[in-house]
Amino acid sequence: MNTAAEHIRVENLTMAYGDFVIQKDLDFVVRRGDVFIIMGGSGCGKSTLLKIMIGLKAPATGEVFYDGDPFWASGSEHQEERKREFGILFQSGALFSSMTLAENIGLPMQLYTEMSAAEIRENASLKLALVGLKGFEDYYPNEISGGMKKRAGLARALALDPEILFFDEPSAGLDPISSRLLDELILELRDALGKTIVVVTHELASIFTIADDCVFLDPDTRTMIAHGNPKTLRDESPNEKVRNFLLRGELEAQNQNRGHSE
Amino acid sequence: MLQADGLGSWDTSLIGFLAKCIATGESGEREFDASAMPEGVQGLLRLAFAVEERSGARRTTTRKGLLVRLGEASLDAVDRMREGLAFLGSATLALGRFLVGRARYQGSELFLLIQDTGANAFAIVSLISFLVGMILAFVGAVQLSQFGAGIYVANLVGLAMAREMGAMMTAIIMAGRTGASFAAQLGTMRVNEEIDALSSMGIDPMEFLVVPRMIALMVMMPLLALYANFMGILGGMVVGVGMLDLGVFEYVEQTRRSVSLTQINIGIIKAVVFGVLVAVAGCLRGMQCGNSSQAVGMAATSAVVTSIVLIIVTDGLFAVVLNVLGL
Repeated sequence: MNTAAEHIRVENLTMAYGDFVIQKDLDFVVRRGDVFIIMGGSGCGKSTLLKIMIGLKAPATGEVFYDGDPFWASGSEHQEERKREFGILFQSGALFSSMTLAENIGLPMQLYTEMSAAEIRENASLKLALVGLKGFEDYYPNEISGGMKKRAGLARALALDPEILFFDEPSAGLDPISSRLLDELILELRDALGKTIVVVTHELASIFTIADDCVFLDPDTRTMIAHGNPKTLRDESPNEKVRNFLLRGELEAQNQNRGHSE
Repeated sequence: MLQADGLGSWDTSLIGFLAKCIATGESGEREFDASAMPEGVQGLLRLAFAVEERSGARRTTTRKGLLVRLGEASLDAVDRMREGLAFLGSATLALGRFLVGRARYQGSELFLLIQDTGANAFAIVSLISFLVGMILAFVGAVQLSQFGAGIYVANLVGLAMAREMGAMMTAIIMAGRTGASFAAQLGTMRVNEEIDALSSMGIDPMEFLVVPRMIALMVMMPLLALYANFMGILGGMVVGVGMLDLGVFEYVEQTRRSVSLTQINIGIIKAVVFGVLVAVAGCLRGMQCGNSSQAVGMAATSAVVTSIVLIIVTDGLFAVVLNVLGL
């Protein structure tokens, strides 16, 4: 997949809340059809980076390019158009609580397509079936479990057949089995539909299962300190911090144990 | 050397004490040796000292001077004012798009909102305005009957309800009922990332969430105020007929003669304006809501306070302007 063309490019990006810089000098490329992971310890700005990429928060400096077109430098109309190519799964699912699942999924179709109500309903049912929620069309979000909400959120993200899917911590709050099912679903979406998928996570098991490529954001130096395939990084990264993260802190633990036994 | 021979059971307060000893010992160059302590205690002590305190993580509270605090508070107030104005501006633009039919919203949602703000508020508006009418009549009756002018209670109640109290009491009920609920709804949607989800779909939350709420209140407020006028006058009549022995027909006729259409129109216009204020204050506080359940509660409180302040201040402005216009 390494030969695939560039899809998203982040250039010289700095993000900040007011004067407080969270991350600076971010430069990386997401290739078309890749599963790309943004990882790092808690509080390093992973979710903020995602917010900038999906157009919810403006960067302090720098730019995000989609297919070579700058996103933030373009007018709001162009941005809106671009946003329609995104499907986003938020951390909590972010389903609209006043609507049923079918209405949630139907909303973007109702707004952006010419489909009739019956077609929308049919399409929503299909999307629900894709994520394993067949028959739950008329449930409200508060009537289903957390894992189901996430899957329903994914069904909504798929509503307009987006080019790029963004996932914000998809496995947070899921049991290991559901989390694995979600990983498989992600891979299937990539393979069957050829989507580019950007995932924010620090769940190692799913990182190694799904990732083609990743960046590692470091909260201490406030920039990215590694970029590449996570398996390669785990074995060969020159940066001990990155290897330690990907080995679940085992390097540090070994060092400590050695310290104790001496 | 710390010893604990014969120690039966212990809890983390022991660890706390020991950790403090060791920490003081380090700064006072005296060493405490905990190696004679039970295994579990040693393990926990190791954990307590395993990770160095992150520099800058501890919050230091320094008392700021009065001037600094005053300055910060005023800068804050200016910021909030600017945010409020920006919100009002984009709400107006969105309302404009709604009026030319270019806004994205859901008709069914608007219908539900109208039902909730209008029909479901009927009972409370009836009760409150009926009682307000009665209270006005009581106060008037005691004073006016001393001069044998009891019939003028009808004028007092009619004018007061039509011009002021009908719109004002409805607005205050709406601020507590609907404004707070708007703030809580939008606040929860903010916490739940639903608002982010909307904007990422390219849907303007202003058009989708704020405008329908404004419309619902703008449509329902004048109707409710008109109804409140009626209930208030009815309340006044109960007192007039029951306490002052006025005839029903007499009371109605006196009210009709004293309350002109202009007075009623003034009340209606006020009701529309108050409706906008309550909707804007509720939605503004909801959209500004922070990221926690506590923030949602604060948003609701702040929405009610803001709307009531705005209602009273605007009513004062109305009084001045109408006075100048001679109405």
